[in-house]
This record gives sequence, C-alpha cells and structure tokens, in this order.
Amino acid sequence: MALIEFQNVSKWFPHSTGRALLRTHIAQWFGAEHKEKFVALKNVSFRLDPGESLAIVGSNGAGKSTLLSLAAGLATPNAGRVIVNGHLAALLELGSGFHPDLTGSENLLLNSALLGRSRKQTLELAEKIVDFSGIRDFIDDPLRNYSSGMVMRLAFSIAIHTEPDIMLLDEVLAVGDSGFQAKCREALLDFQRAGKSILFVSHSPGHVLQMCERAIWLDHGELVMEGDAASVLDAYSGGLALKQQAGDQGA
Amino acid sequence: MWNGDYWFVIRSLVAKDFKVRYRNMSLGVLWSLLNPLIMMSVMTFITTQIFSSTMKHYPLAVLCGLVPFNFFSLAWLTGTVSLLENASLIKRVPVPRQIFPIASVLSNCMHLVIQIGLLLALVLVFGSGVNIYWLWLPVIWVLEIIFVLGLALTFSAINVYVRDTRYVVESANTILFWLVPIFYSFAAIPARFRTVYEFNPVAALVMMMRTILLEGQAPAMSTLRNLVCVSLFTFIGGWLIFRKLKQGFYEYL
Repeated sequence: MALIEFQNVSKWFPHSTGRALLRTHIAQWFGAEHKEKFVALKNVSFRLDPGESLAIVGSNGAGKSTLLSLAAGLATPNAGRVIVNGHLAALLELGSGFHPDLTGSENLLLNSALLGRSRKQTLELAEKIVDFSGIRDFIDDPLRNYSSGMVMRLAFSIAIHTEPDIMLLDEVLAVGDSGFQAKCREALLDFQRAGKSILFVSHSPGHVLQMCERAIWLDHGELVMEGDAASVLDAYSGGLALKQQAGDQGA
Repeated sequence: MWNGDYWFVIRSLVAKDFKVRYRNMSLGVLWSLLNPLIMMSVMTFITTQIFSSTMKHYPLAVLCGLVPFNFFSLAWLTGTVSLLENASLIKRVPVPRQIFPIASVLSNCMHLVIQIGLLLALVLVFGSGVNIYWLWLPVIWVLEIIFVLGLALTFSAINVYVRDTRYVVESANTILFWLVPIFYSFAAIPARFRTVYEFNPVAALVMMMRTILLEGQAPAMSTLRNLVCVSLFTFIGGWLIFRKLKQGFYEYL
C-alpha cells in the first residue's frame, strides 16, 4: 500500500482580479465576468511507497508547493484523487504561527499545539527541542529579539520532533549556519533510516541527491519526468541550460 | 488527517491573544475596566443630567447593558476577521480551521470575565447585593457565548469569500448599539416592538442581567426559552455553513 498516491490529480485556482469582493461575486452571478482559472497541476499521477523518499524538482511556479498542499490535505483537488495512508507532518513554511511578542518557549508551546501534539507530549519534548535548537540562552526572550537564523532554528527543531510516517518538506533545509544545516540533515537521515518517508521540494541538487533515490520533475503543472534522482536532475538542469541557450531568460 | 489535541490548541491561542494584548500595555488589565467605567459615567451624565431619566440604579443599569454589548460586538468582529488574520497558518498548517473563530471568541471571554467581575463588585457595593438568582448568570452567559460562536463561524467563513463582510459587521454593531436597551430600560419600549427585542439575544441578555442583578428576580422563562432556541439554531447553522465553505478556503485566502 502506497503512503501517498496521486491519481490523475488536477488543481486550478480562480484567477479573476480582486476576486474576494462583493462586486466581483455579484458580477459573476449575472454572468458578466468570465471566470478565468489558473491551472496549477495538470493530470499528475505518482506514488510514494513506504521507506522511500521522493524529490520534486522544477522551476518557480511549476506546481511543487501546490502538490505538497494537496498531499497535506490543505487543499482539495479539482479532479483526480489524492490518497494518503499514515500520519503525515507538513513542514511547508517554518515558523508560521510564531508571534514576535511571545518568548521562544511560549512560541514553542503554541507551535507544537498547532502541529498536533498534546500538552503532555510537548512538555516531554520541550527539553529535547531546546537542546537541538542550540538557543537555550535566548529561550525566554521575546522572538522579536532573535536573528532570523535563530527563529528558523527554533522552528525547525519544533517541527523535526514530531514523529510522523511521512514528512513533507518545502525548501526548509536551507536553515541557519552550516553547522546547524548539517545537524538537520543528520536528523532527517536518521528519520529515513528508521524506515520513514520524505516528500521533498528543493532547488539544491546536492540535498536532493543526498536525501532521495527517486525524483519527479514538474513543469507548468505537468509531470514531465519520473525516475531515479540523478537522471531526473540531469534532465532538469539540461533542460534549463537549453532554455538559457535559447535566450529564454523568463523560464 | 490532523489528530491533535483540540483543547490544547484553543487554549494556546487564547493564551497568546491575552499575553500579546496585555504585554504591550503599561496599565495591563486595568484598560479592560477603564473603558466600561468611562462609558458608564458619560452615559449616566447625559441621561440623568440632560434627559433627566429616573431609572433606578442608573449607572449599574447602563453597565448591565454595556458589558454584554461590548463583549458581543468585539467577539463578533474579531471572530469575523479571525480566518483572514491567520491566513498564513491556514494555508500552511493542516490544523482544523474552525479553531480560529472559536479561539478568537473565547479570547474575548477573558475580558468578559474581568468586566463581569467589575459589574458584580459594583452591584455588591451600590446595588441590592447577592441573591439566589445569580445562579442563572452562568447559564445565560454560556447561551450568549454559544450564540456568538455561531455568528463567528458563519461570518468568518463568508469573510474569506467576500472581504466586505467585516464592514457589514461593523455597521451592524453600530446600529445594534441603539437597538439594544443599553441606556434605556425595557419598560420604555412600546408593547408592539417587545417581541422583536425578546428574540434578539443581546437585548434578551441585557434584560435578564438587569432582572437578576438589579431587581433580584428570576429571568422570564419565555425570554430564556427564546435565547436557548436562537443560540442553538445560530450555532448549528454556523457550524454547517462553516463546514460547507471551508472547502474553498485554500483557494480564496
């Protein structure tokens, strides 16, 4: 049984200007405004099996984040089916929900609750999280006094200590200084060694090769290639080089 | 999907609101007391000195109106904008969406407790003191909170699709200030309008507060029955509307 399976999934967004105004809605009721839509994913199918990790590569706006949102259950597909078996943790944006006026430990509690942990679990894990983040000296300071690197350290440490079957990562490995980055990668490799799976969006070929055996390449919402990580990356960067040669800088 | 601890999340969000609000004020919780006291003094002055009203315990009667109205208007408004204010969370963390309007209404309950404390203290000092009917107070307040929760669920969901909703709520609050017996008594309302007042949960609450605290009587059963019906109806309706509309939150936020 696949952990995540996409069956011919398509997703589009309403794309009219100033859409969330009463005026627009009324115009639509009377059929005055033709509804344009922006297609973010077109007929995408793939599966993620237990114990394997899959990378998603593609240029900006290719639909990578939309795909993760669908897998996380944040959005629902307009066509096709998304099947998820297992407990899933989505690290799509570090530190969403942090408040600058709260201290590090207050934010830790709140963020942990939002990620779905109980109070008991959170208090048990708090020490480990603070240790991992390496910012114990600042944990009782309000977040507004943190450097952005420190905020990311705290956010990543809170997130990595959930114990899911599948982890969704969206460009969140480029966190903190090189020492902390190495620590994060080590933690993720440990997670994989325990037989867990990662669905991974990254623009760094190095991270992709290190974390994933397989990769898919999305371009303008379509799945153009699926295969082992090295050859997909080759084709993807080859494609980019070709586009640049053709003078298509906008790609 | 998300199998976390609902109560822990709501508690954490309420605690966040409370800390954030009061950490940036040197007078802290005092502000919650100052606002209704100033309003009470101004309205007492205008009504007794300029319009020469002879309502008994006028300042207390005004406060019985102000406390429920302030809670209602603020909770309704912050509930309505709660989803938009947490848009980044809603698009990135698969936490159940209904916790945002619910937590925002419950945050306002923290203020409410402080203000009710003030009101009860003043009733003890200047009014008629404690009576057995005070036991009704938690009941009617819980009903009122259920009513506001229903409104917050409905309007927060609509506000995602139609951003003008918050201005509709603001205007409705201004109108409601005059239509709820805050600075006048229920007795002054002509008989043919009374039924309407009895079905307005905010007006009903004000009337019952005065009956209990100032007249030392049990609230009228007919008013109570209306409040139960309207509150439950609003809450269930709000829950269903929210469940339907939340499908499109990701696209419209």
